[in-house]
Amino acid sequence: MQRYANPTRFMSLSGAVLPWAIGATAILFATGLYLALVTAPADYQQGETVRIMFIHVPAAWTALFVYTVMAGASAVAMIWRHPLADVAAKSAAPIGACFTFLALATGSLWGKPMWGTWWVWDARLTSVLVLFLLYLGYIAIWQTIEDPHRAARIAAIVALVGFVNVPIIKFSVEWWNSLHQPASVLRMDGPAIHSSILVPLLVMAVAYSALFLVLHLIAMRSEILRRRVRTLQLARLEA
Amino acid sequence: MNQLRALIGRDLVLAYRLGGGAGTAIGFFLVVVTLMPLGLGPDSALLSRIAPGAIWIALLLAVLLSIDRMFLADYEDGSLELMLLGPVSLELVVICKTLAHWLTTGLPLALAAPAFGILLNISPDAIAPLVLSTLIGSPALSFMGAIGAAVTLGVRRGGLLLSLLILPLYVPVLIFGVSAASGLGAGPDIATPSLLVLAALSLATLVLCPLAAAAAIRSHYV
Repeated sequence: MQRYANPTRFMSLSGAVLPWAIGATAILFATGLYLALVTAPADYQQGETVRIMFIHVPAAWTALFVYTVMAGASAVAMIWRHPLADVAAKSAAPIGACFTFLALATGSLWGKPMWGTWWVWDARLTSVLVLFLLYLGYIAIWQTIEDPHRAARIAAIVALVGFVNVPIIKFSVEWWNSLHQPASVLRMDGPAIHSSILVPLLVMAVAYSALFLVLHLIAMRSEILRRRVRTLQLARLEA
Repeated sequence: MNQLRALIGRDLVLAYRLGGGAGTAIGFFLVVVTLMPLGLGPDSALLSRIAPGAIWIALLLAVLLSIDRMFLADYEDGSLELMLLGPVSLELVVICKTLAHWLTTGLPLALAAPAFGILLNISPDAIAPLVLSTLIGSPALSFMGAIGAAVTLGVRRGGLLLSLLILPLYVPVLIFGVSAASGLGAGPDIATPSLLVLAALSLATLVLCPLAAAAAIRSHYV
């Protein structure tokens, strides 16, 4: 891992990987959307609106996954002080916030025909909303603290504190109130979903992860370039 | 031990002499409780139903508004740097300052809660659970707030950032606090699961939050 933590090596490596990753994302999305919107059967109760699920569920999964990536990168940054880990954590946050927003918005659009309301104060919805707030707080840290090194340290602490708290928040809210359906894919006795729906769902999940990879690589590359420009500007001012 | 006592005593004296002590916090609490019926209407049945939640939210806001001063004055006049270099580890300093904050904010508010509960027409047998839950839960608010205070040191408009960072973390405390305060009256057994979880939250934050807060303070001096 240490070898690839060098920003220059990362730039050349990611530059080589990126076109392939973009291609794979496009293919995955084409397949996933075709399976989800055309071949998957409509629900006997929900009708065609069930197809919102293929956009909604992977977005929520990816939102949680991105927070995990962010917290992992923050831990690496705290322990080994790799600048690249700071870059990874910082550039993951806005993407994660977007996925979280997508999950909230599509959930709301799905809730209107199904539950008859745009929003309810239910456990899942509330904990995802809190996740969104955690993302916003993390982004705000980077924006308000001017010194990038200090901001990196502080932001890493904030991300890790949030990571410890996310499960606690999730369980506490579930105790509080729930209307959302319980977990139905990752269960001890196998998934409770028919394969005609499960397969497109999983393809979409892989597609979302690939999309995150692409966006994350692009964001990391531009963040590295932004830092180089900053260093050059500072060097010119000092000269 | 003497050093720790000196640290707590210093903060208590400062809070007392600078008018930031228990009186101000209780005054703020009173204002929030007064605004509650004005905003929601004076219906007694409604008020007595929402009283535990209203008091918990008032407590949360009072903690939030006072927490940003926890390290700020010491950071600005350099005392914090001396404490960092001193014989007491920074984690313990954080614990002392947080305890001092709790003694001047959380504790007086928890003790005053019955009086405000009566203003909101709370039922008499809900008073003991309310006091217990605020007493046991408020240390967790102070300890989590310490992280926010440490993180936003020296940040312009840190107060807004502080709320954005800390309020999401308060969700579990609020949920278990309100459920411990209102879901009771369930007989003689006062130690309901919610109250126990609340105690667990306070103890866990006592251990974990000073570590994070001290790490955040150190990163301001690198």
